[in-house]
Amino acid sequence: MKEIRRVGMADLAVASSPMKLVTIGLGSCVGVALYDQRAKVGGLAHIMLPKSNGPFVSNPAKFADTALPLLVTKMQECGAVHRRLTAKLAGGAQMFRLDRPTETMRIGERNAVAILQWLENARIPVLAKDTGGNWGRTVELDTGTGEFLVRTIARGEKIL
Amino acid sequence: MGQEWSEMHLDVLKEVGNIGAGNAATALADLLGQQINMQVPAVMWLPLDEVATRLGGPENPVAGILLDIDSQAPATILVVFPLEQACFLLDILFDRPQGSSNVMDEIGMSALKEVGNILAGSYLTSLSAFTGLTFVPMVPAMAVDMAGAVLDYVLAEFGQVADQVLLIETEFLALGRDIYSYFFLVPKPDALKAIFAALGVGFE
Repeated sequence: MKEIRRVGMADLAVASSPMKLVTIGLGSCVGVALYDQRAKVGGLAHIMLPKSNGPFVSNPAKFADTALPLLVTKMQECGAVHRRLTAKLAGGAQMFRLDRPTETMRIGERNAVAILQWLENARIPVLAKDTGGNWGRTVELDTGTGEFLVRTIARGEKIL
Repeated sequence: MGQEWSEMHLDVLKEVGNIGAGNAATALADLLGQQINMQVPAVMWLPLDEVATRLGGPENPVAGILLDIDSQAPATILVVFPLEQACFLLDILFDRPQGSSNVMDEIGMSALKEVGNILAGSYLTSLSAFTGLTFVPMVPAMAVDMAGAVLDYVLAEFGQVADQVLLIETEFLALGRDIYSYFFLVPKPDALKAIFAALGVGFE
């Protein structure tokens, strides 16, 4: 039986085959899955904001710039190797459209940009992404296969 | 932000919330043409991850109405109804058989936006009476989707400064059925200080 581990908002987790990692109800938040195909070790982060402000971060899993390095470190502790890591991501929607767009309105897009930039600097290739739009997503990483399932309410589901 | 709060601050907001919910019940009764009973609203600080649980879980479908508030103490308000209750509200509003309304069509959406507008206006009237500050709601926007996704916007705004969020939960009773509305007041940075200063309970 495949066990499922739930990753909450502004949270991250690492697991190995045959576990599945799930995070539910991504709007402007982005779900980032890192995977080492050889070690069959996967990590999933539910990232809320692009950048931490200042050195005192109460919850590093909340921000792209602090969550991703932490996720990589935790995966290495479980036997993953940095240069073998690949990434898939989904989320970063803009749920509301107001007449007067604010910085927070575009938070989803900013999250995705910050994450892609970090992955590029870390030389982790992005195999697939499903970001933007104005709908919510639930994602599930199968650490046995690396398959990344994206589920929506009105737009069906797909495997990345 | 959360750390600077005291019981007293929460009590003041509770009182504002009480009177606001009273206004909201009256306005809702007028709109629906039904007697509305209202429970005393619950005002609470919640960890970010527990907010969606409060709404039936992060994948539970909800309708969210978002309003930007122009003021000396600018804020954003999000009013959330679980989807089935939003449909029930529309059934009453349009005098249709139960379960026949669709929140996703044009009429349903604009009607719900109006309900959100009225509820937000009721709270703002109360907040304005207490503080003497002016609050002008802008045109509302709406989303119907997973609770977690609808809440993201509000939580992101709070999340830049805090790991907890302020929630006012109000329970209305209409036609023998509970209608829960969840009301999030999200002050922009420094707006809370302005509000509490005006309420006479400023921070040290």
